[in-house]
Amino acid sequence: MIAELGQFALIVSLFVALVQAVIPMVGATRGDRAWMDVAQPAALAQFALIATAFGALMTCYVTSDFSVLNVVQNSHTDKPMLYKISGVWGNHEGSMLLWVLILSLYGMAVSIFGGNLPPGLRARALSVQAMISCGFLLFILFTSNPFTRVDPAPLNGDGLNPLLQDPGLAFHPPFLYLGYVGFSMAFSFAIAALIEGRVDAAWARWVRPWTLVAWCALTLGIAMGSWWAYYTLGWGGWWYWDPVENASFMPWLAGTALLHSSIVVEKRDTLKAWTILLAIVTFSLSLLGTFLVRSGVLTSVHSFAADPSRGVFVLGLLVLVVGGSLILFAIRGPGLKGGGLFTPLSREGSLLLNNVLMSTAAGTVLLGTLYPLFADALDLGKVSVGAPFFNAVFIPLMVPMVMTMAIGPLMSWKRGDLAGALGRLKAAFGLTLLVLIGTWLVAGGSAGPLWAAGGLALAAWLFCGALTEWAERVRLFRGPLSETVERMIRLPRSAYGMTVAHAGVAIVIAGITGSAAWTVEKIQVMHVGDVASVAGYDLRLEGVEDGIPGPNYMILRAHFVASKAGHLVTDLYPEKRMYRQPPRPTTDAAIHTNLLGDLYAVVGDADGTGGYVTRLYFNPLVPWIFIGSVTMVIGGLVSLTDRRYRVGAPLRTARAAAAAKGRV
Amino acid sequence: MTRKQRRLYFVFLGMLALGAAAALVLTAMNDTLVYFYTPSDLRTKHVSPDRRLRIGGLVEPGSVARQGDAVRFVVTDLTATLPVTYRGVLPDLFREGQGVVAEGKMDGEGLFHASEVLAKHDENYMPKEVADALKKSGQWQDEGKKP
Repeated sequence: MIAELGQFALIVSLFVALVQAVIPMVGATRGDRAWMDVAQPAALAQFALIATAFGALMTCYVTSDFSVLNVVQNSHTDKPMLYKISGVWGNHEGSMLLWVLILSLYGMAVSIFGGNLPPGLRARALSVQAMISCGFLLFILFTSNPFTRVDPAPLNGDGLNPLLQDPGLAFHPPFLYLGYVGFSMAFSFAIAALIEGRVDAAWARWVRPWTLVAWCALTLGIAMGSWWAYYTLGWGGWWYWDPVENASFMPWLAGTALLHSSIVVEKRDTLKAWTILLAIVTFSLSLLGTFLVRSGVLTSVHSFAADPSRGVFVLGLLVLVVGGSLILFAIRGPGLKGGGLFTPLSREGSLLLNNVLMSTAAGTVLLGTLYPLFADALDLGKVSVGAPFFNAVFIPLMVPMVMTMAIGPLMSWKRGDLAGALGRLKAAFGLTLLVLIGTWLVAGGSAGPLWAAGGLALAAWLFCGALTEWAERVRLFRGPLSETVERMIRLPRSAYGMTVAHAGVAIVIAGITGSAAWTVEKIQVMHVGDVASVAGYDLRLEGVEDGIPGPNYMILRAHFVASKAGHLVTDLYPEKRMYRQPPRPTTDAAIHTNLLGDLYAVVGDADGTGGYVTRLYFNPLVPWIFIGSVTMVIGGLVSLTDRRYRVGAPLRTARAAAAAKGRV
Repeated sequence: MTRKQRRLYFVFLGMLALGAAAALVLTAMNDTLVYFYTPSDLRTKHVSPDRRLRIGGLVEPGSVARQGDAVRFVVTDLTATLPVTYRGVLPDLFREGQGVVAEGKMDGEGLFHASEVLAKHDENYMPKEVADALKKSGQWQDEGKKP
């Protein structure tokens, strides 16, 4: 009964979405306020209906209703409650339902918080939003219905893929989708603006909070996925340049570019067409990501069994969205004339450079990700493009970008003073040099660690640069203290946001460099009582205990005692878990972190003579990757609280009202 | 700076970035592209020992032997076989009779030294290359196996 209710709610939501797609758009064209105003209640109704469907599916999971095929295939009565709930989106059908749920959540948010938007723009944006909704609701109803029944109902389910039964991965998809789908807002606003033929500072100000929310969620989602891969796959890697990872990284790159170019539109009323194009590209890459993950066209470490016919549907949707929006852009884009002029050496210039490099990077990642498909289609042989390719291409593009990231914010708008900016970075430069030489000497002073020293120096440069910019703006140590404090309070939150986010990037760079340069790996067979040394730590295998019962698995747990120079550091308990249903093992690494590095232990298979294959790592600076990512997210959230999004937003209407008054 | 000049600057910057990216991509592709071979391919084609490649097929039942931390197993596409050696912890879903993809180098004696054995997250999942390889060798059986 509940499943049918969900199914019914989904079908009704499709019709509501159809109404929301057509009526407000027609209304906006004819200037009919009543028709335009259909959009808000429709968006609310759409969310309520899809939430009902989602709630129905969740109820089926929580109560283990095995007459629903989706529950049978992905759940089991043994599963802890958390994974019964996360099982809802731990499969194709459910995750697509989550996709439209989040899409309609954003639509509802616009109709609630969009009171300051001009009615035409809001109506059109919500209409575009509903068109996307229609596409995905059709997709769910026709190719991936989560409410299909089975008769007779089996006594129990097949269980959830054990790798997904993990707290990190339970919340990874919702955040990833909040990011992916969040970029649909920028897209909808871009299409609405193209139809209106008008992009201005006010538009950029309206779109920016949505882009920021999406960006924060995506950053967090990617970081969570990476963290999960780090501790659960047992090879100590946190990024593999795998197609599925790239699928989430490409919208991130484009979205980051969009975040920066929209600043130029807002502050300087220029780069309009480019920003619109970026909004379209970012969402298209999100759709492409969905397609790549869902269709299984690419071989990936993270591949899950997938159905090609569904891929064709998403591909069709992708072609429609990308093709349609690009045609609209080709017709309307040239009409978007930019206002403010600027020289290459200015803040606009540096933001433009950021954009060019970010989009080029996204382009190369796209090429590398799709190349195996092209090669296969053109019969060039089966190839795989892996980490060596991406490192060789991506790093040279990012180095100049990070270098200018410290300088750009110190330049003024229109016409910047490069010499002045560099002058103010003297202290930062000195510190960078210190880090460079210091790291190089500590790491052994040969030619080998030079690039690693360079990586850390780059991180130091960016970190100090971000702080310098902040210090400049509050006139730290250069005026009376009271003035500095006054400036600290008056400084807009978005400026703090930028400083924090850029510092976060610096921390991530340091983490990446550390893990790439100084990871120590040891693989060996160990018997109980054996000691293995890794990076100065001595790990003694104290014992191995088998057959410990977990909630729905049996545990083989090894006990390592780690000590350094005779002093006890910690106990490590890596596990191998054998799940009952489906009967499959997973590895659970034991990690001890001191924030500068992780001691990482994995217990592997028995070798048959009482020994176990063990993998021990020392991963220096890896925690910084995750700390830095979270710092970036915090920066984004701080920026989101900037008062200009609340106070300054209804600028266009105010001006229009003033103009109307003037006419009277 | 006039509008036209700015546009020129814009275009120039874009071209520069694209040019640099193209140069990077082309050089990187040359060195880093990893080709996929089936055991049958390797019987007929000679592959230089310093070239990284991927191989794939099914793990032959009964072929997995451990010697200390090294594992030896045989990969088959049911027409030809290829012995593989690997040091380290095998992925959780490594099973005899299941599909496997490994990356590494051939040595002169026809032994494949794997530096990575790729993990899959899903037991129903058959690597696409392996499915294609089995189809190519005419040994593909559809029943019971979801590609």
